[in-house]
Amino acid sequence: MPSFVQYLIRTLFPHDVLRPTELGADVMILATGVIIVYYLTKQKKWLYLWNEWLTTVDHKKIAVMYLIAAVAMLFRGGVDALMLRTNLALPTTPVISDLEYNQVFTTHGTIMIFFMAMPFIFALFNAVVPLMIGARDVAFPRLNAMSFWLFAFGALLLNISFVIGGSPDAGWTAYPPYTGLLFNPGPGENYYFLSLLIAGIGTTMTGVNFLVTTLRMRAPGMTLMKMPMFIWATMATSALILFAFPPLTVALAMSLFDRLFGSSFFTLAHGGLPMMYVNLFWLFGHPEVYIVVLPPFGIFSEVVATFSRKALFGYSVMVVSIISIMFLAYGTWVHHFFTMGAGPAVNAFFGLSTMLIAIPTGVKIFNWIFTMWGGRIRLTTAMLYQLAFIPTFVIGGATGILLATVPADYQLHNTYFLIAHFHNVLIGGTLFGLLSGMYYWWPKMFGHKLNERQGQWAFWLYFIGFWVTFGPQYLLGLKGMTRRIYTYPLGFGWHELNVISTVGAFIMGAGFVVMVYNVVWSLKYGEKDLTGDPWDGRTLEWALPSPVPEYNFARIPVVTARDAWWDMKQKGQTLANSLRPEDMRTIELPKNTPVPFLLGLAFFVVGFGMTFQWWVIVAFGAAGVVASLVYSAFDYDEHKHVGAEVIRRTEAALGRLQG
Amino acid sequence: MSLPVAEENLEQHLPLEFSDEKESIKITGFWMFLVTDVLIFGSLFSSYAVYRSAFAQGPTPNQLFTFGPVILETLLLLTSSFTIGLAIYAMRKQNKKALMAWLVVTLLLGAGFVTSEVHDFVGYVASGATWHQSGFLSAFFFLVGTHGAHVTFGILWAVTLLIQVARRGLTPITARKLFTFSLYWHFLDIVWIFIFTFVYLNGKIV
Repeated sequence: MPSFVQYLIRTLFPHDVLRPTELGADVMILATGVIIVYYLTKQKKWLYLWNEWLTTVDHKKIAVMYLIAAVAMLFRGGVDALMLRTNLALPTTPVISDLEYNQVFTTHGTIMIFFMAMPFIFALFNAVVPLMIGARDVAFPRLNAMSFWLFAFGALLLNISFVIGGSPDAGWTAYPPYTGLLFNPGPGENYYFLSLLIAGIGTTMTGVNFLVTTLRMRAPGMTLMKMPMFIWATMATSALILFAFPPLTVALAMSLFDRLFGSSFFTLAHGGLPMMYVNLFWLFGHPEVYIVVLPPFGIFSEVVATFSRKALFGYSVMVVSIISIMFLAYGTWVHHFFTMGAGPAVNAFFGLSTMLIAIPTGVKIFNWIFTMWGGRIRLTTAMLYQLAFIPTFVIGGATGILLATVPADYQLHNTYFLIAHFHNVLIGGTLFGLLSGMYYWWPKMFGHKLNERQGQWAFWLYFIGFWVTFGPQYLLGLKGMTRRIYTYPLGFGWHELNVISTVGAFIMGAGFVVMVYNVVWSLKYGEKDLTGDPWDGRTLEWALPSPVPEYNFARIPVVTARDAWWDMKQKGQTLANSLRPEDMRTIELPKNTPVPFLLGLAFFVVGFGMTFQWWVIVAFGAAGVVASLVYSAFDYDEHKHVGAEVIRRTEAALGRLQG
Repeated sequence: MSLPVAEENLEQHLPLEFSDEKESIKITGFWMFLVTDVLIFGSLFSSYAVYRSAFAQGPTPNQLFTFGPVILETLLLLTSSFTIGLAIYAMRKQNKKALMAWLVVTLLLGAGFVTSEVHDFVGYVASGATWHQSGFLSAFFFLVGTHGAHVTFGILWAVTLLIQVARRGLTPITARKLFTFSLYWHFLDIVWIFIFTFVYLNGKIV
């Protein structure tokens, strides 16, 4: 064999990707790939895939792609979690080794935060925001597609680490010196930094896009204080992204430079300061917590109002509290490392600022409860998640206050108490919120409802599984069990609680299986949504047919009240049957383009080349990036026109025209 | 009762780059992008402040910096900020020739700045002050290098703009692109003022 082939095999498939689990994953990935290629070729779907999906700039289709990616990543992250839990239930006979355990908890955290929660949020932003504010698309449709493809190829880069070269293994926070070359020479951490840098560019652009969309694209008459709460949440989240992702970019770049180009940011030998990374990371990381929880707050505000048939209680106070959470989010990052030893004054400041956030959050909780008070409540799946969210999130918040108490934190830092706390808010807040939003807006996205009975089965499995998993972990934390250990001695009294926790994790896994069954079943047999307003909704997206035509609104409505659609229904002015055929106008829409996909691909090539420091490949990828950008700068053919006649026919077929 | 609907295109009297609603929205978007860039430089400046005395085995700022080239770079960049202002002024007057001339002058001044800075960097590295030597040098090269990379990118961007203006003349789209470029260029100038003050002046005097 030529020596470079040997070198390639040694580099791409080192010992730690040749374990049985990895080989099994290799086979499954290959098999899935072959099946997909076979199916696409057999059904002659390649052109369809390219024209309708890969080159699309339509926010509704981008939303669907984000959603598919998010659910796939929920599966990957969930399987990681089950592997971790299985190991901890069997301390005497570990199923996976210590090294593999490190890799699995690292990818579990990284994937769940960056490649599950974020795209899930962007799926709902894309699906709903333009419809809610009465717009034809987001402010920058092409940039939106670029964001998606940068995210998708970033996610791909992180995921192939599992089978090519080796996974990152320094935790999802990737602190130095664990990531330093001295202690971590393989390509794993390069994968981590590069995939997050690439996906991070996409996320930052999404923040810009949705901030400008909500600021400038609203229908006439929709003043700031007439915006739905979900739009407020979108705006606050986008602003948080704008301010939070740059410090992360800098921190990741510094670590990458240390590894690839010999800088000395975090290496103690040359005056490096590892705690600088930790500060920069959490300067991003704490606002990130609110980036993933504010959109669910917005979702719950819509869901609770719709299913209680009441306007949201205390709208203006809700706005004030969401804005104050947004600002306070920047003043709390040191609470992630009180044990750094910054001194009592600094720690007291950050402890207090953390507790302050409980006030606006508490206000929101009360307002959701008061919205339900006296309302006509319908217990749909979306509403069940809301009802489960309130007590779960209150308990998660209360244990957060405990952790913000500095002396208690010195005891609880990095124990399972912390693990239980942040899963409590991330699952109880973020995941429940996103699933609630998925069930709520599914008819709008796909034109049919998800089966309610199956949905409620999935809900109960998630909810019960969640408490069985994380309830015992609070106790384990109090008993001193620390995070990121792959086994433990039997004598500490941790075993029984760990077994219960693992059972809970598998109950949640069953919830996921039921949810996927629910989705697949409903694709075929789900109840069609013919009215466009299956829940008797309050906001503008329900004024449109489901699924929504490409141009969204045949004519942009003028908004006069806060719950715009509800108000129109009360006044008998519905969009349906109110437009005359002669009202139709030619509509300008963004045109499909292959540039975003190719740009993402080029970034992927750069990332892959850099991971293994193969500079020729990097040069190819960089040339692709430059070519995509230059091509896009000279491309003035950005729009297409949909004629009035086409719209007239489409609207008439949907039964939405007078006469 | 029929529903009130909005008109599609309202006539407004605004400067060329704001005259088309879609282009005007892109200018808002560019401001938001600049916010993220401010945060990038904010993170770099705060890192520099933290690493400022982490000299390890490497030189101190006072030993490293020489004022001559730094003053030259400052003059070049500040002048280029003035000339891009003149270019936008010419654009508002619909004077394509003057616009292109001032844009070329801006580019040349920018290129002079980058050349001088690269020369500085090569000199530092030749004297053994690589960023491997110390935390201070790492932070210095990262901060000042990121600014230099921005200027270099700006020059390449402006070249594509020159070609577009030459081909298409002044339309709402080209005008918007030129206007956002001028925002970017002024922004880099402001960042340089901070670099000059907090890195070079501060390092030399304090």
